[in-house]
Amino acid sequence: MSILILADHHDGQLAGATAHVVAAARQIGGEIDILVAGENVGAVAEAAAKLDGVTRVRVADHAAYAHQLAEPMGALIAELAGDYGHVLAAASTTGKNILPRVAALKDVSQISEIVAVIDADTFKRPIYAGNAIATVKSADTLKVITVRSTGFDACPDRGSEGGSAAIESVDTVVDNGQSTFIKQELAASDRPELGGARVVISGGRGMGNGDNFKLLDGIADKLGAAIGASRAAVDAGFVPNDMQVGQTGKIVAPELYIAVGISGAIQHLAGMKDSKVIVAINKDEEAPIFQVADYGLAADLFEALPEFEQKL
Amino acid sequence: MKVLVAVKRVIDYNVKIRVKADHSDVDLTNVKMAMNPFCEIAVEEAVRLKERGVATEVVAVTIGPKAAQEQLRTALALGADRAVHIDTSAETDERVESLAVAKLLAKVVEEEQPGLVILGKQAIDTDNNQTGQMLAALAGLSQGTFASEVKLSGDEGDKTLQVTREIDGGLQTVELTLPAIVTTDLRLNEPRYAKLPDIMKAKKKPLVVTTPAELGVEVASKVTLLKVESPAERQGGIKVGSVDELVDKLKNEAKVL
Repeated sequence: MSILILADHHDGQLAGATAHVVAAARQIGGEIDILVAGENVGAVAEAAAKLDGVTRVRVADHAAYAHQLAEPMGALIAELAGDYGHVLAAASTTGKNILPRVAALKDVSQISEIVAVIDADTFKRPIYAGNAIATVKSADTLKVITVRSTGFDACPDRGSEGGSAAIESVDTVVDNGQSTFIKQELAASDRPELGGARVVISGGRGMGNGDNFKLLDGIADKLGAAIGASRAAVDAGFVPNDMQVGQTGKIVAPELYIAVGISGAIQHLAGMKDSKVIVAINKDEEAPIFQVADYGLAADLFEALPEFEQKL
Repeated sequence: MKVLVAVKRVIDYNVKIRVKADHSDVDLTNVKMAMNPFCEIAVEEAVRLKERGVATEVVAVTIGPKAAQEQLRTALALGADRAVHIDTSAETDERVESLAVAKLLAKVVEEEQPGLVILGKQAIDTDNNQTGQMLAALAGLSQGTFASEVKLSGDEGDKTLQVTREIDGGLQTVELTLPAIVTTDLRLNEPRYAKLPDIMKAKKKPLVVTTPAELGVEVASKVTLLKVESPAERQGGIKVGSVDELVDKLKNEAKVL
């Protein structure tokens, strides 16, 4: 059976997470189609066609799919899904919003945030904030699955000589009288995307206030890092919520994760404990973050951060 | 407008869970249980809508074993008017998956005809983040997931709902026709605590018990749980004495700089 992947994209660009979903699909096996739905998504479709292992890119380019609202997107994918054994999407806010709707319309279960493929029916996924890993087997004829990007290495591009997958248009247009896009406020940043960054430096309640997050800027610049935060820092209004790392925020697994002034609650660890190397800077020597940190520095962050920046 | 709010009984969020020795599941015997934190936010939002005169009645519903009535009483103490318990004790496999939960809730929606249904965005045990979306699909309603702000506007009989959603890059606002399904994010509100007199009063509020069989819903799932295991343990690390030592270790030992 073949696999349909919902492409994740923003501002006319294919999101990095899609390449990780293709990698998961290649482990499942079978022909891989990517659905690019949205408005003016020609460039996204071309980028998707370059991903190695993709057979066909199906493009639904219509105002009805602008901003990928769940109601029309769910109906579109449910209509296309009949030809496939698996429907996959990244476990991004887009995938999480749309795919359960598809599953319900097709009367099948959804398997959320898989981190490993055992075979075409069997998958591993974290439960209880990542404190247990469940192996689940689905007997549904259609498997609807979201993929945790950090569980799979991105599939490569075909390169300049590798050619492209075929691009076909999908003519289905779904009427949507239920929801209307009003506006979007996206955080502007020159830094790498949090989910895909090689290095992440995060601040917690210990940062004291939003201004002090500037102490992380210099270090992030030198390391090419993305800046994250704990829930405490977001709730206190230090930084916007899209920077939150954890069970309810973003899941990251960078090469290097630097936690500054973060105690290390279960819910935060859920979002970063698969990082390759974890560094904790915290003045409380008893903070739980030190139990998962490869390198811990018990020190006042206001002294340690400037010194760290200077020595990089 | 009637507001329906769905709550789930889960392990308390502070508890460090244990996996059973036979790897069949997580051990829930003698573990502190509580209302799922996202559901608390859903109840709070419904109660606030009632306090503002927008909601006329708040109905709390749960699906689970008999003990889940504790969480319904909590919802009643927080301000819900009445409760519906869909008792799954009789099910041979008590694990009721999101799809079955959504089908059961769709029956309740059909019966109660609420103007708005509020659920948490995810339960902190299964971490599925599916039920609200599935319910919206089954009931044929619009959905506002991961809501951090909910605003009703328009005239009587022609109301629309503006939902500000937390998305990966920031915030997105959508307008939904009612009835609609909303799932809560952490930023939607700060739930209140139930006061003792309210807890006492909640004991007298109506609580109706029904079963999946009475609602005509088959809860068996095609997904089977084969195994539950602990994640790979991280190796205990070392403490460094200075920033110099930290930079040195990162460069020469971990080789990540």
